Amino acid sequence: MGILNLILAVIIVPGLAAFTNWIFAKRPNLRDTLTLLIAFATFGLVLTLFRQVGSASLAPMTLLEVFPGITLAFHVEPLGMMFAMIASGLWILTHIYGVGYMRGNNEKAHAQFFACFAVAISAVMALAFSANLFTLFLFYEVLTVSTYPLVAHKGTAEAIRGARIYIGILMSTSIALFLTGVIWVFVVSGTLDFVPGGILEGTIDAALLPVLLGLFAFGIGKAALMPFHKWLPNAMVAPTPVSALLHAVAVVKAGVFTMLKVGIYTFGVDFLADTGASTWLSWLAAYSILAASIVAMNQDNLKARLAYSTVSQLSYVTLGMALATQMGVIGGGMQIATHAVGKITLFMCAGAIYVAAHKTKVSELDGLGRAMPITFTAFLIGALSIIGLPPLAGSWSKFSLMMGAAEADQLIMIGVLMVSSILNVAYLLPIVGRGFFAGPKQSYAEANVLLWLPPAITAGLCILVFFYAGRIQEFLMAIVGV
Amino acid sequence: MDATSAGDAMNFVDQMPVLPILIPFMASPLIVVIGARKLAWPIAMLAALASFICSVLLLLSVADGSEIRYAMGGWEPPFGIEYRIDALNALLLVLISGIATIVLPYMLRSLPHHVSLKHHTLLYAVFLLALVGLMGVSITGDAFNIFVFLEISSLSTYVLVAMGAERDRRALTAAYDYLIMGTIGATFLVIGIGLLYMATGTLNLGDMADRIAGLGDNRMVQAAFAFIVVGMGLKVAIYPLHHWLPNAYTYAPTPMTAFLAATSTKVAVYVLLRFMFSVFVPAFDFVGETLTLIFMPFALLAMFAASFVAIFQNNFKRMLAYSSIAQIGYMLLGISLLTTTGVSAAIVHLVNHGVTKAALFMGVGLLLLHTKNSYYDQIAGMGRRMPFTGAAIIIAGLSLIGIPGTAGFVSKWVLVQGAFEQGYWWLAMLIVLSSLLAIAYVWRVVEALYLAEGETGHVDEPLVMVIPAMALALVCVWLGFDTRFTLDMARVAAEVLFAGPFSLSGGE
Repeated sequence: MGILNLILAVIIVPGLAAFTNWIFAKRPNLRDTLTLLIAFATFGLVLTLFRQVGSASLAPMTLLEVFPGITLAFHVEPLGMMFAMIASGLWILTHIYGVGYMRGNNEKAHAQFFACFAVAISAVMALAFSANLFTLFLFYEVLTVSTYPLVAHKGTAEAIRGARIYIGILMSTSIALFLTGVIWVFVVSGTLDFVPGGILEGTIDAALLPVLLGLFAFGIGKAALMPFHKWLPNAMVAPTPVSALLHAVAVVKAGVFTMLKVGIYTFGVDFLADTGASTWLSWLAAYSILAASIVAMNQDNLKARLAYSTVSQLSYVTLGMALATQMGVIGGGMQIATHAVGKITLFMCAGAIYVAAHKTKVSELDGLGRAMPITFTAFLIGALSIIGLPPLAGSWSKFSLMMGAAEADQLIMIGVLMVSSILNVAYLLPIVGRGFFAGPKQSYAEANVLLWLPPAITAGLCILVFFYAGRIQEFLMAIVGV
Repeated sequence: MDATSAGDAMNFVDQMPVLPILIPFMASPLIVVIGARKLAWPIAMLAALASFICSVLLLLSVADGSEIRYAMGGWEPPFGIEYRIDALNALLLVLISGIATIVLPYMLRSLPHHVSLKHHTLLYAVFLLALVGLMGVSITGDAFNIFVFLEISSLSTYVLVAMGAERDRRALTAAYDYLIMGTIGATFLVIGIGLLYMATGTLNLGDMADRIAGLGDNRMVQAAFAFIVVGMGLKVAIYPLHHWLPNAYTYAPTPMTAFLAATSTKVAVYVLLRFMFSVFVPAFDFVGETLTLIFMPFALLAMFAASFVAIFQNNFKRMLAYSSIAQIGYMLLGISLLTTTGVSAAIVHLVNHGVTKAALFMGVGLLLLHTKNSYYDQIAGMGRRMPFTGAAIIIAGLSLIGIPGTAGFVSKWVLVQGAFEQGYWWLAMLIVLSSLLAIAYVWRVVEALYLAEGETGHVDEPLVMVIPAMALALVCVWLGFDTRFTLDMARVAAEVLFAGPFSLSGGE
C-alpha cells in the first residue's frame, strides 16, 4: 500500500465508525464492538505507517488542487506521526471507557454520540498529516463542527449555553484571526506548504512579523491561550469521555500541535529566534500558565479545575514554540505526549467518580478515595505526572522546556515553570489528599471495570513513557533538523 | 429567426446563443395556450433543462476568454439587437438556468403548499417569463434590450411574490413595495440609457463604448452613469436601497424565493459590472470614485448592519433575506477593489452565494411543510425530525459562514486575498470580522433546529424536495473543492472585463 493510501486509510477508517453507529443505532452491543474494532484498526494503520516511514519527513502528496497554489495535501513528519499515534491509541481506551460511562450514567443518544466522536477522530488524523496550512485549517474546522454536538449532548440549558460559547469562540477566532493569518502568509509567500525551516524568511517586514504571529497564536483558539480560553471550561458540560479524549487530548492538542507546526514549518524556529518576533508570546504564555493555575486552585468543580489545569498546561507548548529554540520546540512536542497520558487519566477518574458516586465537587470527595482506591491511585499517578515528578512522564517535558528556556537565555521562564509546578501541587494533590485522608470513608464502591481499567492503564503509561522519553525525544529531533 | 445570410441552411449550432432565451420564451405562452395544468410543469421543466444545457455549452465555448456575438434576425449591429456572450455572462446564464432547473422539481410538492392548484398553470408560465427576463438581461449586448428584459423579469417577479398571499396576506404589500421600488429603479435605468443615447446616438453597448471613450467630461454621460447606478442599485438592494427585499423574500412562496434570491439580485450586479467595465471604464474618474467612495463604504455598511439585523431576526426566512443584503455587500466590496482579484471575488461570490442561498431557502420550504411558519419557535427541534433537511441547512449554513470545504470559503478567501494585495489589511480584518456575524445568525438556526425543545418523531420529507435541496447543499461542498467552473471562470471573466470596454468592431 502506498504511503498516501495508507494516510487516507488512517483518515477514512475512523470515519467508518460514524456509519456503523448510524446503521446499527438500535443494536448497542454490535455497534459498540464494531467501533472498538475500528479504533483498533485505526491504531494498527497508524503503527503500520510508523513502521514504514519512521522519523523521516516526506514530501507532500497532493490529493487535489482547489485553486492555484491551494491544495489538499498530506505528508508525514515526526510531530504529526506522534500526535496521530497518541490520539488513535488513546481512542481505544476512551471508547471502552465511553461505553462504560454512557451506559453506567444512562446518557441518551449513544449512537449519535459515538458517531460524532468518530468523525472528530477522523478529523484529528487528517489534521495530523496535513501538508499545508489550507488542509490543516480545513480539518481544524471539521473538528470544531463535529465536536459541537458532543458538547451540547445533554441538551440542557447549561449544555446549550456551553456549546454556544464553545463554537462561538473556536469558530470566531479561527475565522477572524487564523484564516486571516493563513491568507496573509499566502499573499506574501505564494505558498502554504509546511517546509522545514519555514517559508516566511525574507518575505515579510520584520516589524509585522509579531502581528502575523499574533494572528496565529490567538487564532488557533484550540490552543486555549488566554484570553481565548473560556471555551474549554465551558466544554466541560459534555459527557466525561469527551472531556477526556477531546478536551484533554485530541482537540486541545490539535490546537497546540497546529501552533508548533506553524512555528516550525511556516515561520521557522531560527527565523523566529533571529527576529525575536515571538518574545512577547513567551511572556503571554507564561502569564497564561500561571494565571490559569491560580484560577484552577479556586475551582470547586472537579472538571472545571482540570479544565483550567489544561489551559495552563497547553501554554507550556505555546511557550516551547515561543522560546524558538530547539529544546523548546522538542519540549513542546513532548509535552503534547506526556500531558495527554496524564490528563486523560485525571478526566477518566473524574468521570468514574461521577458515575459511581455522582460527585462533581472537590469538597465532596472526603473519604471517597478509601472507597475507590484504584481510581484515586490512578488519579494520584496522573497528577504527579502533570506536576512533573520523576519517574513519571511529565518530568521530561518540563525538563526539556527548562533547557529550552536556558538556551533562549530566558531564565525567568525556568522560574515560571517551577512556580507552575508548585501551583500544580497545590490544586491537584488536595483532591487525592481529601480522598484518602479526610473524613470518614464513604459508602460507595469502585465503578464498573470499564470505568476504572482504562485510567489504570493510562496511569501505567505515565510511568512507561518516563522510561521511553529518550526515544520520543530522538524521534522528534528530526523536526528541528538535528 | 435565421441569423446567417439568406440561402444558408439553418445551422443549429450557429443559433446556439439565442436558444437559452428562445426556448423558455416560447414555452411560456405555450403553457398558457395549452392551458392544461398537468402539462404545465413538464413543459416548464423541459424548457428550463434545455436552456440550462445550452447555457453550459455556451460557457464551455467562451471559457478560454473568447466572445460569441450573435446578431438577432440577421440585423448587423449597431442597427439590430446583438447578443454578446463572454465568460462573465455565460457563467450567469448557467447559474440562472441551473437554479431554475433544480427549483422546478422542488416546486412540484412545495408550490401546492403556498398556492392553490387553479393558479399553477399561469404561475409556471410566469416563472418561465421571469427566467427569460433574467437570462435576457445577462445575454444581451444592447442597452435598451437590457431594460426590456429587466422589465419582463421584474413584472413577472412581482406576480411571483404576490402569489404568497394565500399563505400570508402580507405578500401583497410586499409585492406592492417591490413594484414601486422596482419601477423607480427601472425608470432610473431607462433615463440613464436615454441620456446615453442622446450623448452617443446608439444603443449597442459596443458602439456606445466606442463613442463614449472621449466623453469622460460630458455632464450628460456622467448623469447617465449616476442614473444607471442608482437604478440598478435599487435592483441590487445596495444597502440603503434594500428596503423592498426582506419583505419580498419573506412573503413570496418559498420556491420562488429560492429562485429569486439566487438569481435576480445577481443579475442586477451583473448589469452594474457590465456598465462600469464594458461601457464606461474605471479609468473615468466618476466611475472609479463611485466605486471607492460610494460602493466601498456602503458595501461595508451592508456587511455589518444587515448582518446585525439578521442576527436579531426571529424568522428563519427573514433572517436569510437580511443575510442576502449583507452578502451583496461582499460582492460590491470585491468590485470596489478595482483589481482582477477583487472583481473575480465578486463574480465567484455571485455564483457561490446563489447556490448557497437557494439551498437554504429550499430548506425553509421543507420545514414549512410541517410548520405554520419559519419563526424559530415554530421550527424548534425540526432538525431532529427531518434529518436530511437539517443536514442540507447545516451544510449550506456553513457555506454561508465560509467554513473551509464549502463554496463560501472560496469566495471569502479570494476577497480577503484581494484586500491584502491592495495593502488594505484593515479591510481584510473587516471582512473576516463581518463573517463572524454570520456565525451568530447561522447558529441561532442550528440551535433552533437541533437543541430547542420541540415535538419528536420523524416526519415526511418528500423526495422531490429533499433531493434538490440536498443536491444544492452538496454542490456547495463540491464548489469548495473544485473551483474550475467558478473561480477559474471568474478569473477569466475578470480579465476580460479589465482587458478593456466593449467595441463594435469586436476586438477587445
